[in-house]
Amino acid sequence: MSAQLQFHNVTLGYDRHPAVHHLSGEVARGALLAVVGPNGAGKSTLFRGLVGILKPLSGLISLDGLDARDIAYLPQTADIDRSFPITVFDFVGSGLWRSTGFFGGIGEAQRKTIDKALAAVGLTGFENRTIGTLSGGQLQRLLFARVMLQDARLIVLDEPFNAIDERTSGDLLALVKHWHAEGRTVIAALHDIDLVRAHFPDTLLLAREVVGWGATAQVLTAENLLNARRMCEAFDDSATACVIDPPSRAA
Amino acid sequence: MSPYAALIAPFTDFEFMRRALAAIVALSLGGAPIGVFLMLRRMSLVGDAMAHAILPGAAIAFLLYGLNLLAMIFGGLIAGFLVAILAGVVARSTGLKEDASLATFYLASLALGVSIVSIKGTNIDLLHVLFGNILAMDDQTLLAIAFNATITLLVLAVIYRPLVIESVDPLFLRTVSRAGTPAHLAFLALVVINLVSGFQALGTLLAVGLMILPAGIAKFWARDITRMICVAVASAMLSGYAGLVLSFQTRIPSGPAIILVAAALYVTSLLFGSVGGLVRQLFPGRHLEA
Repeated sequence: MSAQLQFHNVTLGYDRHPAVHHLSGEVARGALLAVVGPNGAGKSTLFRGLVGILKPLSGLISLDGLDARDIAYLPQTADIDRSFPITVFDFVGSGLWRSTGFFGGIGEAQRKTIDKALAAVGLTGFENRTIGTLSGGQLQRLLFARVMLQDARLIVLDEPFNAIDERTSGDLLALVKHWHAEGRTVIAALHDIDLVRAHFPDTLLLAREVVGWGATAQVLTAENLLNARRMCEAFDDSATACVIDPPSRAA
Repeated sequence: MSPYAALIAPFTDFEFMRRALAAIVALSLGGAPIGVFLMLRRMSLVGDAMAHAILPGAAIAFLLYGLNLLAMIFGGLIAGFLVAILAGVVARSTGLKEDASLATFYLASLALGVSIVSIKGTNIDLLHVLFGNILAMDDQTLLAIAFNATITLLVLAVIYRPLVIESVDPLFLRTVSRAGTPAHLAFLALVVINLVSGFQALGTLLAVGLMILPAGIAKFWARDITRMICVAVASAMLSGYAGLVLSFQTRIPSGPAIILVAAALYVTSLLFGSVGGLVRQLFPGRHLEA
């Protein structure tokens, strides 16, 4: 299988401080990849770089011809103004941006698609409620419905099952597997190691740098996990210029 | 006095009242939807600050070209953007928060504008600038206000979708499209255009009133944004009409009369509104089964 994503020595960070350090590797087309690592390991930063809202400090992320509309991104703390008076139906409908754009109408066909997406996440009957009336779990279902409508080839989910009860996360996990079965590339940051072992074939263990990357069983060993935790802590205080990649090379 | 004489006769008898009413309709159609977005994006006071900020631009145009409306609109636009950008730059390059720097700029602008008008014009001009004069709409002004309202509705129709999505979930819009920033800038331009319109009718101090008060009223009657915009437009028109009648029958000047009526509507909505009104909150009725 060809690579959907290639990371060439990518460093991502804020104010010159790297949060992801010299990451190289590739993700196959249609892969179902879990990104695991302690807090502060750079998982969210990696995703922000991936979807293009954070420019790499150095290195290159190649998306194999995908443009922004081919990527569906579900951030960890969705920056949503829940007091905004918009209905569930309209909100989910924004996922159709790719086909409707600025001005395209929402016709009968699109209405059906939206209804189907809402049904798939179990939100039928909520169409006319405003998003402010939803619970946390319902909101997450809503966001999954929107991801579904985006019909993207690459789906990036940042901690999608946080603070969500078992039944909801079960339903949403089924959706993730469905997307995988449809041949989409799915990358998800996760904390629940058991869930990763059970459902995700590939894992990237991240602690600013790659600790392990490959088949889940080989990556998620006790030794690697311990290493990851230690590396994250060890790096905390270092703030000198990186010697592997001196600034003079930047030009 | 018969209801006809009180409510309708002023408009059938006097052309200046008809013109004022036409101006109100145009202002409501353009300004009220913009006001709803200002409120939902928590920019109500930014609108107010911008209203003062456009004054020196309009005043300089007045100084150079007299009461030429097009010139005043352009002057206002330039001054409005200049202040918005300068405030942003100062906030970004120093430790000052954006609202504080905006406050500084608009106070300075207001003072500068009043000074410029006073140097060239009379006290009447100054009153005109500060409180507008909706009862003296000439053809040119009326056309300009109608033109601005038309432009506003057209542009708003084009940027509506990205604007709504950017207000709800800016990060999402950033990942699917680059339309967010242009839509936001277009929206700011619409704010300034409508302020300049309102400036002609209600003056620099009250221009923002016919944008923000109807939006506040709408919040107590509608749950989704479409209905909110409709309620806002309707209540802006109602305030305008009732305000004109009020000022015709009493000695209250037209601009303040309109805003006072809008404020009264606001208080009524606050108390009796169907969405979150105080009375509704005190007597919510029995809870439902599910």
